[in-house]
Amino acid sequence: MGKYVEMVRIRFLMMLAYRTNYYTGILIYAINIAAYYFLWSAIYGGKSSMQGMSLGQMTTYVAISWLARAFYFNNLDREIAMEIRDGKVAIELIRPYSYLGMKAVQGLGEGLFRLFFLSLPGLFFVSLFLPLQFPGHAKTWLAFGLSLLFSFIIFSELNLLAGVVTFFTFRNEGLLRAKRFIIDLFSGLILPLSFYPDWAQQLMAYMPFQAISYIPSMIITESFQGAAVSDGLFTQAAWCVLLLFPIALLWRVAKKRLVVQGG
Amino acid sequence: MFYVSVFFQYMAQYMKTKLQYRTDLLIEWLSDLMAQAVNLVFLLVVFGHTTLLHGWSRDEILFIYGFFLVPYAVFGAFFNLWDFNERYIVQGEMDRVLTRPLNSLFQIVLERMELESLLGAVPGLIIMLYAGSRLSLSFHWYDVFVFILFVIGGALIYAGIFISLATISFFADARTSIMPMMYNISSYGRYPIDIYHRVIRYILTWVLPFAFVGVYPAAYFLDKKEWYSYAFFTPVVGMVCFTVSVMLWNAGVRRYRGTGS
Repeated sequence: MGKYVEMVRIRFLMMLAYRTNYYTGILIYAINIAAYYFLWSAIYGGKSSMQGMSLGQMTTYVAISWLARAFYFNNLDREIAMEIRDGKVAIELIRPYSYLGMKAVQGLGEGLFRLFFLSLPGLFFVSLFLPLQFPGHAKTWLAFGLSLLFSFIIFSELNLLAGVVTFFTFRNEGLLRAKRFIIDLFSGLILPLSFYPDWAQQLMAYMPFQAISYIPSMIITESFQGAAVSDGLFTQAAWCVLLLFPIALLWRVAKKRLVVQGG
Repeated sequence: MFYVSVFFQYMAQYMKTKLQYRTDLLIEWLSDLMAQAVNLVFLLVVFGHTTLLHGWSRDEILFIYGFFLVPYAVFGAFFNLWDFNERYIVQGEMDRVLTRPLNSLFQIVLERMELESLLGAVPGLIIMLYAGSRLSLSFHWYDVFVFILFVIGGALIYAGIFISLATISFFADARTSIMPMMYNISSYGRYPIDIYHRVIRYILTWVLPFAFVGVYPAAYFLDKKEWYSYAFFTPVVGMVCFTVSVMLWNAGVRRYRGTGS
């Protein structure tokens, strides 16, 4: 356990070396969210609510979705694919730790860094000039925190899954790109899933992607109330567990099939 | 003349390598198509809930989007600079480029070209035709030339901004996380500029002139007379943007010291 915690710390410190980048990052993030705000104002066009969300809730939804993304996002799939191509994975496999577990905690280290150096200052900065609505209840914040942690786990699990597939295909640039767009579209990052037509919503309810962005953002904007909050958290927890099975299965086969070309 | 002949030689090599891996080509094209589908879905879903966006109809906004895809495809084919830092600075490829008797930016453009991105213009043209026919727009014979001029202007604006971003790597040797966010900001140039606060309008017009790759030039074809003066400014902005970025690039190359490995 200790070595995994140490890895989180190392990744955090590695990112800290490049922190100046993030000041510009905050500014660009702010321009982004401000432009989004005006776009949504135009879409609302004076209506007080759309699909049960007010403009204030929508602005908060968008701002939080992008900041949450800074926390849960990582490139584990690409890193694994790269290590397989370079042959570095052979060295990784003989080291005394779980390869996938180590990848996941590296992602956590990066995520924690961006949470403290990009998300939180960014949110503070944006809230100075945009009408964001934050919930007053400590319970909502707690539920949001838990939900965000689940987001990270599910996003990383999907990345590990895509990464492990590379063991079989060697080149899967296309698959990785496709996964990225599916997540952008179906996770509720670019717009709340409640805006999609009914048939699309029903389809998305059976997929893990909504658990990445839609659920935490709906919780923090208080668009989910009462039972909807606990249902959402339960859905996320279920996907966290469910996704472990295909990973474990593919990983067992992949380790046996691994061919290292040079290196 | 030398540059032209080098250009065609690179292009011939490029075709040969690409046709070697045909399935990859197909997958890349499909994933580009999906990237565009994300934006299209956003527009279609939003217009499922509203009919007008600050006085602009669904078809007009779709037309702007379709127009945008054409200069963007040209940009994507020739200016793949998004991993410039990783590939050329960190891995030291820049040293190799600098030893050759050819402008360094020109070489990198040639090495990194992805001609298949030009196919991305096809969905753009289809969207424009679809939206244009529903709006029953009228075209003149000279609109073809105006269109080509605006496309070149738009592509140069994109090129200028992303070349300038790449030059940051010469001055500060650190990873830049700015590029993906910049792609995001660029999408705001595709919406009617008058929906934004004047600060953002100013940024999108004069600082990061993405509005000239979307709403301004498209307004010309949509017969929005109040935006004509901006629309005709597109090629000028493109030239200025590109020239400035090349100057920045050359200044950056002079400062370049290599990573030493």
